[in-house]
Amino acid sequence: MRTAQNVIVENDDATAVLLRRVPTRGEVMAEIVTQLANFRTDDSYVIRGETVIAKDLAIDSLAVMDMVMELEDRFDVSIPMNVVAEIQTVDELANTILKLAARR
Amino acid sequence: MGLFDRHAGLLDAYRDVRTTGADPFQIRMERVLSPTEAIINGKKCLLVGTNNYFGLTFDPSCMDAAIEAIRAEGTGTTGSRIANGSYSEHVALEHEIAEFYGKKHCMVFTTGYQANLGVISTLVGPEDFLLIDADSHASIYDACKQTQAEVVRFKHNDPASLDARLRRLKDRDEGDKPGNRLVVLEGIYSMLGDSAPLKEFVAVCKKHGAYVLIDEAHSLGALGANGRGLCESAGVLDDCHFIVGTFSKTLGAIGGYCVSNDPDFDILRVTTRAYMFTASPPPSIVASVRQALKVVKAQGTLLRKQLWDNVHTLYDGLVAQGFKLGPEYGPVVGVHLPDRMTAIGFWRAMLDAGIYVNVAVPPATPNGVSLLRCSLCAVHTKEQLDHMIEVMTGIGRQMGVLQPKLKVVGSGR
Repeated sequence: MRTAQNVIVENDDATAVLLRRVPTRGEVMAEIVTQLANFRTDDSYVIRGETVIAKDLAIDSLAVMDMVMELEDRFDVSIPMNVVAEIQTVDELANTILKLAARR
Repeated sequence: MGLFDRHAGLLDAYRDVRTTGADPFQIRMERVLSPTEAIINGKKCLLVGTNNYFGLTFDPSCMDAAIEAIRAEGTGTTGSRIANGSYSEHVALEHEIAEFYGKKHCMVFTTGYQANLGVISTLVGPEDFLLIDADSHASIYDACKQTQAEVVRFKHNDPASLDARLRRLKDRDEGDKPGNRLVVLEGIYSMLGDSAPLKEFVAVCKKHGAYVLIDEAHSLGALGANGRGLCESAGVLDDCHFIVGTFSKTLGAIGGYCVSNDPDFDILRVTTRAYMFTASPPPSIVASVRQALKVVKAQGTLLRKQLWDNVHTLYDGLVAQGFKLGPEYGPVVGVHLPDRMTAIGFWRAMLDAGIYVNVAVPPATPNGVSLLRCSLCAVHTKEQLDHMIEVMTGIGRQMGVLQPKLKVVGSGR
């Protein structure tokens, strides 16, 4: 459950609800699963940590980068493109976000 | 795994495209007649997709300049400027472009693609940051692959998104990360014809001490009181550290350039691989571009007015018929269609009706949209464009893209 002080909507970034504190792993996973849900080929498919984003889902590299931008604005981190290119699984994506959020 | 297996997905999509009976990616212009007409499939077609914004490809003074240059200096330079030296005309062209922008330095490249690729990938290196708009041209994305800088994408035409990403370039313990920040923008985006909110972007860049590079490929000639592009019309020419552009659109030839006031700019001549390891532009191209630049200076105001009159005719005409277009007026008019196959079918139907436009489908388009991409020319006539709107409306109704016109049914009985 989000608490009021954790959720800050910045004036200059009206579309994204920004999480300023370091998120929990559960929060990051939940957001990734939400972002990726539309790219499932089968509604019954459950997105897990070991899901290989480019292989198990119907998502092209451009859509991956667009999704990453949404995650960046949710968790207030920037994931460089070359880092995105090396991420394969949902777990790896979550780890990257958690690592970057801890450094900011 | 075979060499071509990785392209299997694309091959399937390409097969889909070809089932329509015409291949938009291998169209053959049997004979180009003028900036606005060509023979395609044995038939005279109206060209509304050639980026020939001022129609200068057939300008007699530009053609004469090219012919004279071939007679005087031959057909090609057969080598790069670093290996074989520069022709006086290369240097003269660079001076003239620098002067056109009021900047101190200019480097000319053999193509616009190479200008972006070379300059962007060389300006930033290890520990630097390259920030690009999500809808950037392929040449900019390819530059990202060649540089060792960290590349961060921001949301298309969204200064707040850039601001957030520049702000984030810091570390909790170490503070602001060292390294230069280079922000890459485009004057007019090539698919939907929209312009960057450049003034706002420049303010964000100033706030964070970032360098600005703007690609005016589609806006040279079209924007600004002197045709310098968005940097001029937005009033921020002095705040754009690097301006890149092309000779292959408004100037009717091929090639690219970058201008800057940076005193050390010329070091790029011996560090930029896309400049050093390819043959320099041939004399004919250099000559026609120099002449085309003179035409832009002398007749730009008139040509720009004609171009924008045509933009309004097409844009307003298509909107009035119910087409969904790109977000703003521009020399590129993108017509949204619901999906890839509809776009290809529409494109084919237009070609059959004697009108050539571009079809743009994913992955070449932003957000997976399918588009007919029209680009206007100063020398299109109103009659040509009215005819095009009529044809597109008919096809749109036929294909169910537009609502059929409601007939007023008499209620006499």
